[in-house]
Amino acid sequence: MPNRTRAPGQDVVADLPASVLPRVSARRPVLVALAALIGATVLGVSVGPADIPLATIFSALLGHLPLIHYHSHVSAIDWDVIWQIRLPRVVLGGLVGAMLAGGGAAYQGVFRNPLADPYLLGVAAGAGLGATLVIVNGSGTNVNHLLPFAAFAGAVGAVILTYLVGVTSGRRASTASIVLAGVAVAALLTAMQTYLQQHHEPDLQGVYSWILGSLGTASWSDVTLVLPYVTLSAVVLFLHRRLLDVMRVGEEEAGALGIHAARVRIIVVAAATLGTAAAVSVSGLIGFVGIIVPHTVRLLSNASYRVVIPVSMIGGAAFLILADVAARTVQSPAEIPIGVVTAFVGAPFFLFLLRSRRTGVL
Amino acid sequence: MSRTPRRLVLAVASTFGLVAFSTGVPGSAATSQSSTTYPVQIAAANGNITVPVRPTAIVSLSPTATEMLYALGAGGQVKAVDSFSDYPKSAPRTKLDALNPNVEAIVAYKPNLVVVSGDTTGLTAELAKFGIPVLSDPPATNLDQEYQQFAELGRATDHVAQAKAEVTKIKGQIARIVSSAPPHGKPITYYFELDQTYYSETSSTFIGQVLGLLGMKSIADAAKGAAASGGYPQLSAEFIIKSNPDYIFLADTICCGQNAKKVSQRPGWSTLRAVRDGHVVGLNDDIASRWGPRIVDLLRRVANSLTQHSRA
Repeated sequence: MPNRTRAPGQDVVADLPASVLPRVSARRPVLVALAALIGATVLGVSVGPADIPLATIFSALLGHLPLIHYHSHVSAIDWDVIWQIRLPRVVLGGLVGAMLAGGGAAYQGVFRNPLADPYLLGVAAGAGLGATLVIVNGSGTNVNHLLPFAAFAGAVGAVILTYLVGVTSGRRASTASIVLAGVAVAALLTAMQTYLQQHHEPDLQGVYSWILGSLGTASWSDVTLVLPYVTLSAVVLFLHRRLLDVMRVGEEEAGALGIHAARVRIIVVAAATLGTAAAVSVSGLIGFVGIIVPHTVRLLSNASYRVVIPVSMIGGAAFLILADVAARTVQSPAEIPIGVVTAFVGAPFFLFLLRSRRTGVL
Repeated sequence: MSRTPRRLVLAVASTFGLVAFSTGVPGSAATSQSSTTYPVQIAAANGNITVPVRPTAIVSLSPTATEMLYALGAGGQVKAVDSFSDYPKSAPRTKLDALNPNVEAIVAYKPNLVVVSGDTTGLTAELAKFGIPVLSDPPATNLDQEYQQFAELGRATDHVAQAKAEVTKIKGQIARIVSSAPPHGKPITYYFELDQTYYSETSSTFIGQVLGLLGMKSIADAAKGAAASGGYPQLSAEFIIKSNPDYIFLADTICCGQNAKKVSQRPGWSTLRAVRDGHVVGLNDDIASRWGPRIVDLLRRVANSLTQHSRA
């Protein structure tokens, strides 16, 4: 890697090579991240309050694979625990983790800001308001069904509002005015959400446990709910990984290289927002993943978005699956909010990494 | 949703060290007289309080206390009840907030007795400035404490004999329900659901002890940290499925619209013994979160589900 490690936002057009993008191989980091994901998945499926031996789990899964005529002797209850409780939880954790980490990496790219996370433009505040509205107003039955949709709508609505305000204010649509609009929109929506929750004290616990995030009631229907959005979002972000690399030199400079920066930005933000909104609508607001995972990838391997985007997604999936294992085992059968785990485990690890790689890329 | 989750009330109360339960005043004064001589001293959970005159304007900030006051015939003296006090229907329900009481709004009713289920905001001291006594009757941890609170309220409101009669009536009803419940060999296990995040109750809680009269045992007893949680541990779907209880009692029917059908549709729950045998019983959330006179109704409903079971 020749001297390509500049802070995003720094104008480095001077040493941009004519070929624009140096060769970068993502194969090794991708393989490492995949290994971590497989390890996390095996752990996620094998750990839980119901003691089911690993051999039983594999024989059960093998027995249910299509085309393989293998008969496993697993009790119906054990099978339900594996198939209906643990597996959807692991899969959902993986999807949400991948989306939050990938979304964070993309936001950091388009806004050329290392502190950007998927909640930068108001996704969290909007989703929180939508969820709170349903929890405090919903009567019984409807809450569970409406909540993901309300959170999704709130999240997407907040980002649209941010974008409209940000793009129309200032002389031209600069990233700074969009980010500032995001801060203001988030503050406004959070104020409304706080007002609502304080006026419905009996629902306080429901609101709080949603805000702190949980995969405790994950089911296959949640997985099918978010899968299309996460897939679409992941594909779009993956296809834009090279453009994000070019954008690192600055929007005007990218423009000089023939890239329509504003268009790239809106496509990437739209994709990241859709995916993130879908993720938080089923998992609640899980913090920190979107910052810590992409930066860990940058510190450990490479700052190119051709590496950061795919490896963050795979690594984010592994990280959140592991965080969820901790969330549900430390005080089993009670659960710790997963957002507490991601910050509690993630922050010290990240600080350690930051110190040990002082010459890093930030 | 319109109930104060019992768990929340308990948590708040215990945080502030207020679950030092009212000792009442057993013995002479309470039991020998049939009417109260004012001023009367009552040793309550929030200290020794003095009710100077026969209360004619009671404000109740506790749904359970409201039910008790009406059950012992003091309903006519009740002037205002809090927003959660939805039973009996004739109680003068107001917007008063029991969890975050507004002193000025309470004083506006010119009460001469205020009944609460816990004081975390210093209400007792605030109202003392206005010479208004506050009687705290916190969540009962067993039936004896419930009976004691009846006696306490009876003494404070000049309904000593009625309070005694009400307790005798409840005791009799419970004894009849228990004696007519079908006999069974080993304990019947149950999962008691407080909400959809699987918070539950152990056999040592108020409800747990009441169901224990029927020889039932909560699966939450085996949960790690059950005692540390004050008897209200959070379980997980996996824990419940693996425990495979004989019965499931839903105390989230009103708040969260849960019922037997919904439970059977939860992923992984359809093979549970309780679901297969049709032993998923919906309970009234409010009754299940209170420690008042309607506990008899709850016990009867549970006992009936056992009877149907033994016939089948």
